[in-house]
Amino acid sequence: MPLSALTGSRVRERRLALGLRQADVARAAGISAAYLNLIEHGRRRVTGDVLVRLATVLGIESAELEQGSEGALAEVLRTAAAAEPEAAAELERIEEFIGRYPGWARLSGGLQRRIGQLEQAVAALNDRIAHDPHLSLSLHEVLSAVSSVRSTAAILAETEDIEPEWRARFHANLHHDSERLATGAEALVAYLDGSDRTEMPGAVSPQEELDDWLAARGWYLPELEAPGGEVDLSALASAAARDLATVWVARMRADMAALPLPRLEAALAEWGPDPVLIGTRTGVGVLVAMRRLALRPGSDLGLVIADAAGALVFRKPVPGFVPPRFGAACALWPLFEALARPMMPVLAEIEMAGRRRARFAARAWGEASWPEGFGGVEVRQAAMLLSPVPDAGGSVRRVGATCRICPEPGCPARREAPIVSEVTGLRG
Amino acid sequence: MTHHAMLIEDEPNIAEAIRFLLNREGWQVTTLGDGGVAEAEVRARRPDLVILDLMLPGRSGLEILQSLRADPATAELPVMMLTAKGQGRDREAAERAGASLFMAKPFSNTEFVAAARSLLGVA
Repeated sequence: MPLSALTGSRVRERRLALGLRQADVARAAGISAAYLNLIEHGRRRVTGDVLVRLATVLGIESAELEQGSEGALAEVLRTAAAAEPEAAAELERIEEFIGRYPGWARLSGGLQRRIGQLEQAVAALNDRIAHDPHLSLSLHEVLSAVSSVRSTAAILAETEDIEPEWRARFHANLHHDSERLATGAEALVAYLDGSDRTEMPGAVSPQEELDDWLAARGWYLPELEAPGGEVDLSALASAAARDLATVWVARMRADMAALPLPRLEAALAEWGPDPVLIGTRTGVGVLVAMRRLALRPGSDLGLVIADAAGALVFRKPVPGFVPPRFGAACALWPLFEALARPMMPVLAEIEMAGRRRARFAARAWGEASWPEGFGGVEVRQAAMLLSPVPDAGGSVRRVGATCRICPEPGCPARREAPIVSEVTGLRG
Repeated sequence: MTHHAMLIEDEPNIAEAIRFLLNREGWQVTTLGDGGVAEAEVRARRPDLVILDLMLPGRSGLEILQSLRADPATAELPVMMLTAKGQGRDREAAERAGASLFMAKPFSNTEFVAAARSLLGVA
């Protein structure tokens, strides 16, 4: 209970704001006036029953008394102090600091949060430069065409006695390379434009561009309800994102034809939101049922889909569950159990680590397919559907989004250190 | 005696320009567009100089260089590596594997011809 002094001063502030006398509040809360005085001046810790009773008397949530906005600020400042141990920040006087210099404290906290955001942005950009095959392919195309243009143009300019056949050939090559150069440059510009348009760390890959576009469309494309309905993809900046969107639209179209909205709604009414029941009883398959459930108009279900390498190929977030935009997801997601054990329904209640602690019923299912038949490759895919559930206590699996932003202490599946810290856990 | 250069490059227009440049020097030039057959061709035709692109379909330029250097018959053969700007790590690997010289794309024709001549000891 490191914030006793602040809790006390909040009790005092609240009491004075209500115009109540110390003695009256103490009596109503079942403690002595002297004890309340000690609490208000930070000389006694206030916990458990007393805290709850005081909160009731003062008409306020006990958590608000206990934590206040300073609680969150103190956490951030602790994280900052842990990141810069050489500074030897006076951790034991953190409450005093926040109390005496609230503006400076908020500024330090704000800077620490900003550093966290920037670190994520840098990681995203690093990842993009190092691993983005689209970017490196575009660059390679441009560089190859430039090399050819340079050599060919120099030959034409510098060779006085060049034979007409060679001249014609080099002119044709130049023409061909200039076309390539134009296409390559256009692809690069569209790509870079696309990422400029959004806030950092916005869409940094075609996949993310598609995600953002689908989110903006509310994860539902009503055009597809009509047979042969066309979807306008011009809002997508890069050709690579438009290609991905074309594939996605075709899948949506097929899904909607297999399980039209009226039939989906009838199935939901009869069997509930269980994709295994809906998928098998309607005969459309479990993955189709999962996509239809998450992507029907007004659905509050989250959906993530992973390929066999565990890469997230589709992400529909829901409040409290935001899948990572780059890097690998949390290894504890039921999604990955389903990926490893196809055709086995995995049901788990999960709680997202962090302050918000949102709970979800996670339903995951994996399938393997052989699109090329015998002798062809196996293509495996798994999906996880998330329905928000209230916190009803009981056993639950604590998971995160991805290690770097997950504060869960002592996680046995941790891959790398977090850049955030848990409420009480200092990162050292 | 005519010098024989073997050019292993998958970009046909770059290959054509290089061929023209070296032909003008009076050299014989054989071009190959695929890395897979390159090593066998080098052994069969014994060129005086190999010009090898780092990024090739079939087999990478680095692998070809490594096998050429591992064989005493071709260990001393002059090999010019064509690299693209930004392939720093690949270039280091090729340096360790024993490339005689690097030429970064896009190159100037004059530099390219001078480099090829220097590798064969032609003034």
